[in-house]
This record gives sequence, structure tokens and C-alpha cells, in this order.
Amino acid sequence: MPGNRNRSGKAPKDGQTHGEDSNTDINLVDESSPIIQAFKQYQNELDTKHDKHERLVKLSRDVTLESKRVIFLLQRIAGGTDENKNNVLKEADTKLQAIQDDHFRKIALELDGEDPYQFLKAYTAGMQEYIEAVTFFQYHKDQSLTNHLTIQRQLQFTQNCPTDETSNSTLPNVENPKLPKLDIQDQPVKPLDSASCESSYHDSQISAIKTIEVLVTPLDYILGVADLTGEIMRLAINSVKTGNANFLFQLCDFMREIHNAFISFGNIHREIRRKLNVLQQSLKKVETACYTLQIRGSEIPKHMLADVLSGKTMDGPVYRDFDQDEPQDQ
Amino acid sequence: MSQISTTSDIFTDFRQFLNADQELREDIRVKVRDLEQTARDILTILQAVHQPEGIKECSAICEKAKSKFDIIRTQLTALIAVIPQGQYYRFHDHWRFLLQRLVFLVAFIEYLETETLVTRESISEVLAIHVVRDDGFHIDLEDFLMGLLQMSSELSRLAINAVTAEDFSRPMRIAKFVGELDSGFRLLNLKNDSLRKRFDALKYDVKKIEEVVYDLTIRGLKPKTEVKETKE
Repeated sequence: MPGNRNRSGKAPKDGQTHGEDSNTDINLVDESSPIIQAFKQYQNELDTKHDKHERLVKLSRDVTLESKRVIFLLQRIAGGTDENKNNVLKEADTKLQAIQDDHFRKIALELDGEDPYQFLKAYTAGMQEYIEAVTFFQYHKDQSLTNHLTIQRQLQFTQNCPTDETSNSTLPNVENPKLPKLDIQDQPVKPLDSASCESSYHDSQISAIKTIEVLVTPLDYILGVADLTGEIMRLAINSVKTGNANFLFQLCDFMREIHNAFISFGNIHREIRRKLNVLQQSLKKVETACYTLQIRGSEIPKHMLADVLSGKTMDGPVYRDFDQDEPQDQ
Repeated sequence: MSQISTTSDIFTDFRQFLNADQELREDIRVKVRDLEQTARDILTILQAVHQPEGIKECSAICEKAKSKFDIIRTQLTALIAVIPQGQYYRFHDHWRFLLQRLVFLVAFIEYLETETLVTRESISEVLAIHVVRDDGFHIDLEDFLMGLLQMSSELSRLAINAVTAEDFSRPMRIAKFVGELDSGFRLLNLKNDSLRKRFDALKYDVKKIEEVVYDLTIRGLKPKTEVKETKE
């Protein structure tokens, strides 16, 4: 009897139903039993959490997709005219704005009143891709690296607090009725938030402003920067077509700077180590490109030069290996 | 407004962040290790209930185990003190197993004393921590459930040892209790994660206890039969 149970999920129940007759009371799920009552509450809590996680994963996926599009757009700058570049930058700027205002605002709303670290895994992929896009955009604009704080500031949003006594849970409904989380979530606001709400409320007397944000962890930031070098490498190889040697050398310097910094971090984080490997390969590739351009630049016609550098004709196998290892993001 | 920092500044900042992070983690690790040692001591004390003579003096053993929780509370306070506000989940992995173990210990003691399922409220009382996240250091629901699953494995062991110690009524009560626990867990919609995997093992505990009940029943060792015999 008890031994024949198969391994399917329902097995224990079957086993119980033909259990010993004197113990029939175990078989019936007693609705009023304190254990069952407690578990009903646990079920509710777990479902709420899983739903939130799932929504964040979806939002993160959208962020990844949109950020990738921005990066592709920016890659098209190479070889274009100044006018073309400005147009592309403008378009990219609009798109990045849209990601912030649309997707990240929703993420921030989901995370409002939560410990952001609890849900970090749900949106970290999107965040890294977004950081890559933003830093790439900034680099095109003025050859600088956007710092962590700037990105964090862009992901802070203000929001009106309800002026009456109603609790915070009703508030996002007004802001964004589409969000389902609000139906379930009626936890009290973090004391800190309500305090800040309160104070600004007294200041304005009409409506209070609350800041919500999507946390950008330093680790996500640095991993996003590591991804950026992959894009810089592609940009460098493409830019050879225009024969702009200065730009190539400049890109190479930039990569070297990032590379040196990564080396100095040491073997702290597995992800960092993995990215460093890819980064080293990209750097090698760009350095070889610089070398080739330097030594052969005057000998080979420009249109062939690009082919040489991207490894289509010369030293094929070596370069092709690198091509395959290119940090094509998953 | 936004200061344009140079690339090297950015990386220096990050390196500082890494160093600080590492120090903090080291600090947490040391404190968690102390707690784990105390938890092991408590577990060792509780193991006595599996001895034939220990099963009869449950309450004495529980009292002895409970006295150790003073140390746990002190050590937990020390741990909580080093965690930055609102970053519980950043370091969650460091104390996840520890808290599961503590839930198991408290739940096991509570069962031995009152034969009821421990609530999160009483756990937070024993450990002097909070119930919900908003109040501060708390027990994650999934960790709490993990602790309960650990307890059911321990109870299936106890059912067997109770028989050896000639305590034939206890397995019946354990069977009822764990059966109810199992129905409770089946109410949950678990994701395909570690909790789900651990829950999958619960059915083997249930099965083992049922086998004990079966063995007792067919041999006429069930307490009900005993009572009848004495009446006759």
C-alpha cells in the first residue's frame, strides 16, 4: 500500500486516501485547522511576490530590447557625416528618454516600498543593457564616460502623493491604472517614505511630491561599462572604413583605460572576471587594428584596409576566432 | 549639477565601493559563523529526543535547548547591527541557511512542547526579530517554509525512534501533524526553485511516517487497540 506510490506531484494525496481507516481525518483538508489557515496566508504572500517578480522580468526584457535597438542605431554613426551623426544622436536620445519614462518608471513603481535588492535578479539584465546604451550614447556625444550617479539620477521619478489621508496603495492606481500589483499590495508605506511625503505635503499644502527610483547598483554599472567596450570595439573596426586613424586611436585609448581599471579590481566577482576576459580579447583586436593601420596605412587603399582589419583577407583565422568570441550579448 | 568626472575617478570610486563591500561581507560572515555554531549546539542538545530515554523527558530537553536561545538573540543583535538599513536582501545569502536552521529548531521545540505548528510570530518572538520586512530584520517567508520542511524530516525520524522507545501513540500524532503540513504545502503555488525541490522531498517523509503507522496497525500496537485490551 504505502509503498506503491509513484513520483508524480499528486502521489502523497493518493497515498493518504487509501491510508489507514482510523486516520481518515488526515485525508480531509480541514479548512478551519490553524495550519491550513496559516498556509493560506503564506500562499497569498508567495503569489504576490512571484507575480511582482514576473512583471519585473517582463519589464526588464523590454528594457533590454529597446536598449539593444539604441545601440544598433548608434553603431550606424560610424562613417556618416556630421549631420547624420546629429540626427542619430537626437533619435537615440529620444529613445533613451522613452525607456526611462516608460519602462523604468514602471519598474520604479513596482519597487516602491520594497527592498530593491530582493528583486534585483529580475531586472539586472535589462539594467546592464540600458547602462551600456546610455554610456555608449554619452561616448558618442562627448567622448566621456557617464558616471554612476548620473545614471541613477536619470532613473529617479517624482510622483504626487495623495493629499488626503488615503494610504499610499491607492496612489499608483491614479498614476498608472494598468499596473496590477496595486490590487494586491496594501502594505503600509515605509516609514521613511511617508515621512518625506508628509514633510513636503506640509510645504505645499496642495500636493506632495515623492521620489521613487530604480536602484542602480555599482556592480550593474560596472558590468554595463564592461559591455560597452564590446560596442566600442565594433565601432573602432567600423570606423576604419572612414580612414579616421585618430578616432581609432582614441577609441583604443579609451578601451585601454577601462581595461586597466578592470585589472586593478582583482578577482573579486565572477561576472567581472568573465567580462574582463572578453574585454581583453576586444582590446587585443583593436590594438592590432591600430598597429596594422599604423604600419600599413599608407600602403593599402582605404577600402581594402577595412577588410584587412576586420580579418576578411589577412591573417584570417586569427581574427575570425576573435569575431566569434565577440561579446555578442546573450 | 552633474559633475563630469573623469574615467579614472569613476573607477577609483568603484574600487572603494568594492573594498567597503568586501569588508562588510567579511564582518557579516564572521557573525553568521558564530550563530551557526550556537545553532549546532542547540541541535546537538535536541538530538537527545531520539534516544529511548530522551523521548520521555522531552520537556527537560526543550528547556535546556531553549536556554541557549539567549546566546542566539545576542548574536543576532550583533549581526543586525552591521547590516545597513534597508539592504537585507543584498546580503540575504549569507544568513539564509542560518535562518532556515533556526526556524527548524524553534519549530521543532514548539512541536515537542505543544504539538502545534509554529507561527512566524512566535519565531520572531523567540529570536527577537521582526515578522514583516517593513519593520526591519525579519525571516523571509521562503526561508520560514524551508525550516518547516526540515522539521518534517526530523519528525519522520522521531516517529521511527518513538516506536523503538515503545511510545506507540506518538507516531499517530506525528502522522496527523505532518499530513496536515503536507496539505498546507500543497496549497502553495511554488516556482521551480529550491523550495519546490525541498517540498518534493516532503512526500517521502509522509510516506515513511505512514509506514510506521501501518506497521503499528497491523501488529495491533495502535494505542486504541491497547485501550480496548485493557478494558476487556
